[in-house]
This record gives sequence, C-alpha cells and structure tokens, in this order.
Amino acid sequence: MRAPDHPVMTKGDVLLAVENVSLGFGGVKALTDVSFDIRKSEIRAIIGPNGAGKTSMLNCINGFYYPTDGRITFKGVRRPKMRPYEAARGGIARTFQNVALFKSMSTLDNIMAGRSIKMRSNFFWQLFRHGPAIKEEIEHRRFVEEIIDFLEIQHIRKTPVGRLPYGLQKRVELGRALAMEPELLLLDEPMAGMNLEEKEDMSRFIIEVNQQYGTTIALIEHDMGVVMDLSDRVVVLEYGRKIADGTPDEVKRDQRVIDAYLGVAH
Amino acid sequence: MLYREAGQFKTNYVADSAIFPLREDRIGIGLIILAAYALAFLGNSFLLQAVMIPFLVFSLASIGLNILTGYTGLLSLGTGAFMGVGAYACYKLMTAFPGVNVIVWIFVSGFFSAGIGALFGLPSLRIKGFYLAVATLAAQFFLQWCFIRIPWLVNYNVSGALDAPLRTLFGVPIMGPNATPQVRYLVVLTIVILLTWLASNLVHGRIGRMWIAIRDMDLAAELMGIRPLQTKLLAFAVSSYYCGVAGALLVFLWYGGAEYDVFNINQSFFILFMVIIGGLGSLIGSFFGAALIFILPIVLGIVLPAVMSPFGITVGSDVIEHLRFMIVGALIIFFLIVEPHGLARLWQIGKQKLLAWPFPY
Repeated sequence: MRAPDHPVMTKGDVLLAVENVSLGFGGVKALTDVSFDIRKSEIRAIIGPNGAGKTSMLNCINGFYYPTDGRITFKGVRRPKMRPYEAARGGIARTFQNVALFKSMSTLDNIMAGRSIKMRSNFFWQLFRHGPAIKEEIEHRRFVEEIIDFLEIQHIRKTPVGRLPYGLQKRVELGRALAMEPELLLLDEPMAGMNLEEKEDMSRFIIEVNQQYGTTIALIEHDMGVVMDLSDRVVVLEYGRKIADGTPDEVKRDQRVIDAYLGVAH
Repeated sequence: MLYREAGQFKTNYVADSAIFPLREDRIGIGLIILAAYALAFLGNSFLLQAVMIPFLVFSLASIGLNILTGYTGLLSLGTGAFMGVGAYACYKLMTAFPGVNVIVWIFVSGFFSAGIGALFGLPSLRIKGFYLAVATLAAQFFLQWCFIRIPWLVNYNVSGALDAPLRTLFGVPIMGPNATPQVRYLVVLTIVILLTWLASNLVHGRIGRMWIAIRDMDLAAELMGIRPLQTKLLAFAVSSYYCGVAGALLVFLWYGGAEYDVFNINQSFFILFMVIIGGLGSLIGSFFGAALIFILPIVLGIVLPAVMSPFGITVGSDVIEHLRFMIVGALIIFFLIVEPHGLARLWQIGKQKLLAWPFPY
C-alpha cells in the first residue's frame, strides 16, 4: 500500500482497505472479521444471500456505523471514527437500496443538492443571490446539466422527483451521487425492482461512469448475470463472513458460494 | 390568455434559474408591490393600522417560522418567545443608543434573537418532530420568564411594559405616539418586502436546497456532505432573525407598546397555524396564512352584520364574535381537507391551470 504522503493514486492501487472488520448490534453479529480491498478504478461487487451483511458493510464504509472491531483505510489513511458527511467530503458517494431522494425537489435541484459540498460562496452573497453566489450557481448548473445529459433525463429536469416512476428515481439518485464527483461510488442494489430494459440502461451508465471518469465503484446486486458481467472482482458474504473473493469466474466455481446460493444437501 | 409560458425561451442558465422565470409573474409581483405602496395613500387609518400593519408583521413572523418548520422540517413552538427577544433587544438598543436611527436597531435586534434561537436549536441534532417541539417549548417558557423577571430588560420601568419612544426618520416620526399609521405602514412594508426578497434568495439557492434536503431525507443529506448540525442551526438562526424583527415591529410599529404576555405560547401557536394553513415550505404561503387567520375574522366582523341586516336579522356584537370564530374554524378545516399542503399549493394549482387554460392540461 502507498504511504499516506503519496495521495495520488493510479489504477490498480488499493483505494479502500477493509481489515478484519466486525460489527455487532448487541448480541447480533452483522459482520465478523471481514477483510477485502477495493482498488482504484475497478468495479467491485459485494454479493451474498439476504441478511449476509452487505448493506451493513457499505454503512461501515461511509460512516453510518462504526465497526466494533477492525479498521478501514481509505486512500492510504486509516480512518478514525468518521461521520457520514466527513466520508462524503473525503470522496465517498452512495445510493440507497430504497430510493432516498429529496422528494419535493425537482430532478435538477436534487442533483444540484449533490453539489452542495463543492459550493463555496458565503451566506452574504447567498442572501443577495448576486456576484459569486449566482456565478457559482451557474457553474454548477453546467456540471449538473452534463450529468443530466449523460443519464438521459433531460425531460424530467424540472419534475418533482416524488412524481417520477421508480426506474427514473434510481437514475436521478445515481445522478445525485455523481454530482459529488466521488472517488468511490457505493451502489446499494442499483437495479432492484427494474425491468430488463432499465437494468440494461443502468448497467450501461455504471460501465460508462467507470470508464469515462475512472470512478471506483462498489456495488451490491442480486442479479448474478449483471454482477458477473459488470464487475472486475467479487466478494461474497454469508452470515456476516467473507466466504469468497476473486474474479467473477473464480467466485462462480467456488464450492462455498455454490452452497450458499443453492443450499447444501443434508 | 394573458398568462402563458409559450414564447418565453430561456437562452442561458441565469434566466432559467431565475426565481420568477415567467414574465407575467414578474409583472404581477411588481403590480402587487406598487399596489401595496399605493395603499398607504389611498387607505384610511383603520385599514392601515388594524389590518395591513399587523398582516405584514404576522407575515414576516410566518416567513420566519416557515424557514424553520416548512423548509427545514423542524417543528418549533418558541416563535412567540423569539419574537419577544427581538422586541426586548430592540428596546434596550434604542434606549441605550438613541442617537442611532431606530431602523438600524430593528435590523440589529434580529441578530439577538438569531443567537438565542440557534442556542435553543442545539437539541435539534438529536431530537425531531414532536419531541423537538417540546424542547422549543422550554425556550418559550424560559424566555417568557426572563421577560417578566428581569426588570433590566425594560429599563426598570415600573409598569414592566415596553413603550415606543418617539423616533424619527428624515425628520418624520416613525415610532411613538406621533407617528401616523401611514408612515408606520410604509416603514413596515419596506422592511417586509426587503426581508422577503432576501428570504426568497436564500431558499432558492444552495442554502435552501440544504434545508430542504435535511427536511426530506436527513440521512441522504448527511451522506452528501451536508452537515446536519450547522444546517439546522443556520435554519434556527435565520428563522429567529425573522421572528425577532417581526417582534420588534409588532411592539413598536403596531401596538406602540406592549407587555410580556403578547409573546406567550398563544402567539407561537397563532404563527404556527398561519404557516400550516398557508403552506409549509412556501414564502407566498406565509402571506396567505397570515391573511386567512388574521384578516378574515376582521372582514367577517364587517361583512356579517351587513349580510344579515337585509334579512331583518339583527344580531348583537357578541353573536357576531362567536360566528366569526365558527366560520374561521370551519374554513380552516375545509382548507386542510381540500388541500393539506396549504393555500400556497392551491395557488400553485391555480397557476398551473391558468397556464393551460382553456385546456384541462
């Protein structure tokens, strides 16, 4: 691993390392001694049966939960306890299993809200909506419009997101995460509940984000076809433990993974 | 036909992100402001003193509470007390420094209630909803206790009441017994227009989006780097600023003098009702709410006897008073059932329909 004084990373370096992480809620062990890493510019899938601890893992990475044991290193810096907004400022963005958009805002405002951390103009200028405030607003609007073009959601730019169908909401949520220009993008079931066509669109967006911007992506997904096609490496969890880690082909052949998904004959 | 979106093309983002993108809306706002100023010269002193000045003052307080409750989603029952802080701060400042123009002190007094508001907003990081409302009740009762028990706040005045001293602007008395309703109305109107404009800028920019983000989905907001505590405290501070200025205006430019009990819990509820009926998360809704709750009873008090007399029914003023409460109460229930999002939403729907008229959509 690179030393912290060399923050510039190239493809293939370890961006995020999870070492021996355990997470417990009272008596329930959500994660036990899980270790894996996410390398720069890869698509990393986290899979596993229901209740395996995948979402808990993401929650640890972006600071919703503090691991009871183990440590998480991001960009070569070991993180102490970190609040979600600090993780966000560090470059980790996230979408949710159940869409968590700002329902009353338009698509445009939702994605603009994703730019909040990039906006600097002070309260005074905001009050008068003048000078730096309006200049900044327009600059970020340009960036947001690029995302809107990229995700092909121009037609719903000014529609309140609460009125949008589910598939589009998922797309807006991806847009909002992209607006943060994250180094690490965590996608929690980006294709849950989508039809084939929507899944294809979403897969295309994920690949394009990864290739065009070099964004590192960690995703949780249940559709094995999608996972095997998209991801560079896969980590498999079961009952909070890591049971396999490797390329899709390796994982597919792993007996423990087959057992976990298909069950074992007793 | 007059109200159309068609043909108004936006060629740059500045025009597209304007607060009033429609030309008709801009003209409408201009006309309303013009009419409001014209009213100072056309209206009689009853209209100005008993209807328009309080309407504007309550609108301003509603905007304040709307920023907190409507935009940021934090329920507060301390509005009355925060208004009181503004009024008492203004009194102390203008009696301690009579040389400085009172308009300056009205604006400065808001900062005192902003500070107190932010202080009492601290629990909002941990508690939400009704529980936060109960926590703000603490502010209401504690501050009201201060108003009663600390005679320093009223300069050891024996009556314990705030009174408006004579203050002038450009040689014209704007405060105190000699100030005419016309002048006071103009001062209040100008302050309210200015502060409404500033609030509108705030809620349409980055800060407004952060507030709404916290309201709609606080976890997601935090994940996007929005700091919950700072954002909520800013909402408390700005909200209390508006309430504070409204409180100072209420005492010194409307009542001309008041005691601590105008800032009691009833005042807080009164403002909260205006915000809910007007529309949470809408500035224009704050004006609608203030109009419905404050002006409607006055109008009914005048209209009801006039409507009844042709039928030969003569009723006493006490019956009129009861009828007024019943009708206003029924209307509030009616509006809440028809449109739970308040009058502002009805207004929005009306505008949408007008844009598409004569077609249904």
